[in-house]
This record gives sequence, C-alpha cells and structure tokens, in this order.
Amino acid sequence: MAKEFDASHLRSARSQGIQVGLAVSLYGISFGALAVALGFSVPQTVVLSLFMFSGASQFAFIGIIASGGVAAAGAAIASAGLLGVRNGLYALRMSPLVGAGFWKRVAAAQLTIDESTAVAIAQTDARAARHGFWTTGLVIYVGWNLATLVGALAGNAIGDVRAWGLDAVAAAAFFALLWPRLSAREPVAVACGAAVVTMLLIPVVPPGIPVLVVAVVAIGVAMYRHRVAPHAPERTEGD
Amino acid sequence: MTLWIAVIGASLVVWALKSAGYVVPQRFVESAGMSRVAAVVTVALLASLVVSQTIHSDSGVGIDARLPALGVAAVLLYYRAPFLVVLVVAGCVAAGLRFFGILP
Repeated sequence: MAKEFDASHLRSARSQGIQVGLAVSLYGISFGALAVALGFSVPQTVVLSLFMFSGASQFAFIGIIASGGVAAAGAAIASAGLLGVRNGLYALRMSPLVGAGFWKRVAAAQLTIDESTAVAIAQTDARAARHGFWTTGLVIYVGWNLATLVGALAGNAIGDVRAWGLDAVAAAAFFALLWPRLSAREPVAVACGAAVVTMLLIPVVPPGIPVLVVAVVAIGVAMYRHRVAPHAPERTEGD
Repeated sequence: MTLWIAVIGASLVVWALKSAGYVVPQRFVESAGMSRVAAVVTVALLASLVVSQTIHSDSGVGIDARLPALGVAAVLLYYRAPFLVVLVVAGCVAAGLRFFGILP
C-alpha cells in the first residue's frame, strides 16, 4: 500500500517536471532568435544556453550588450551574475537532496534553476523531490538548448530586429520573468522603485549602468529591511 | 573576439554561482539573510530591465511601439497566458504598429 502511494508521488513529480520543462523549453526559441537578431553569432548563442543556462541571466546579458555594445560587456557580465545569485541559493537548498558524488553534484549544479527548484520543493517527500528536480532540470536542459539552436538558425533569416518587433519581445520577456515574483507587497514596491530609478538614470548614464545602480540600491534596501523586519514573509518561489 | 570573451566570462560567473551553493556550508549563507537579498535583487533587476528595454533608445529615452506592446503583454500575463504566447503577441503588436506607421 505504502509502495503504491510512493509510486504515485514519483509519477506526479516526473509528469510535473516534464510539463514545466517542455513549456519553458519552447521559450528558448525566442532567446535564440533574439540573440542572433541582436548581433550574436549562432555559436555564441548556443554557448550561452549550454554553459550559462539561466534564462534571466541570458536575456539580461544579450539585452545589455545589444544596447551598449562590447563597451557595456562589464555591465552585462555583472547583471548576468547578479541575476544568477539566486541559483546559488537554490543550490544550497538542493544540495542535501542531491546527495554525495562529485559528478552528480557537478551535473546538479548546472541544472539548478528556478523551475527545477520550484518543482522539487513543491513535492511532499524527499524521493519525489529528487525525481522532480532531475526530471525538470534534464528536460529543460535538452529542450532549452535544442530550442535555442532552432531559434538561432531562424534568427539568421531575420534582418531588422525592430521591424519584427523583437525589441518589444525582449521587454516582454523580462516582464514575463518578473510577473510570477510579484506575489506580495514587498516585491511590488521593490519593482516600482527599481522602475522609477531606471527611468531617471537612463538619460544621464551609459547603457547597462542603470541596471547595476538599481542592483546596488536593492542590496542596500534588502539588508536594511532584513534588519528592521526580519520576520516578513519570504517570497514564494518562482513557478 | 572580445564578444567571445564576454560570452565565456559571463557564462563562467553564472556557472560558478550555481556551483558555489553545492560547496559553501549551508548556514554560512543562510544566516546572513542572503535569501532575502537575492529575492529583492532579482525583482529589482528584472523590473529595471523591463524599463530599460522598453524606453531605451540611441538618443536616451524614446517612446515607441514597444510601450503598447508591453501593455498588451501585461494584460496577457494578468490572465495567465503562457510565456510564449505573451512574447509572440508582444512582438506582433510592435511589428504591426510599425508596419502601419502608427508608431516608430
């Protein structure tokens, strides 16, 4: 009886992983097409998905390079890194779940992203969580990279980024990544503040810099908030 | 070649951050209120990127077809449309407005 119960948990964790994985993977098409349309070569685009493998960081990197050129590379790398900090924190939570074994941990590290972590922590027991994590991570890794390649090859056929509305797609992509995180008053307030600061800075500083200034201000605000209101509810994990 | 260096550098940074979570002792980071900071920074950065990708232009700030496209994306997100639908529709709105010469 307990065994059947266990099996149904594992099945549901796996099917959740596959569903989430396939939906997110498709999104890789837009990344591939956009990166190439913005001036990255197909190999560069493919390398970003294979090695960086974190949607928000990848979009931030190509977006900032597109608006500021190679001169903005420092800002682009810093922004990609700052957006990647949360993966490190997910890794802390996934670490006991993944268990020992060097290569297993190396593979798990690369697959530690919003979606694999979200599916894992949504499970009720540790074995289902482990299945959810690996299924989601692997499906997205394969799917995202295939989709990136398809998008990148299609992007080669696209000449003018603006005529196809791809600049608006970039903005919408960040909005779609932001939306699930606006689940409480604090993140909404933070997002509004960040938007206003960015608007004020854009006319006066080089491309890529407003994003970094906002990040530094946000770190300060978060540390202050943590001291004055340490027990405020944590945000729900992105889905 | 320099773009390649940026691509590889950024990839290494993001990869290293993921790996760090599997190496660093758990309580070292969690005690510092880091998860709060990471959540706030992620939201702030994404909001900032939404704005800069929407209004940034070669001459500083410019209002064009991206803004109504973003508005349509917001409505679709509110009604829980899938990611890809949101992106495709946003692109079509901007492309359409430009094709018919309604907005630059």
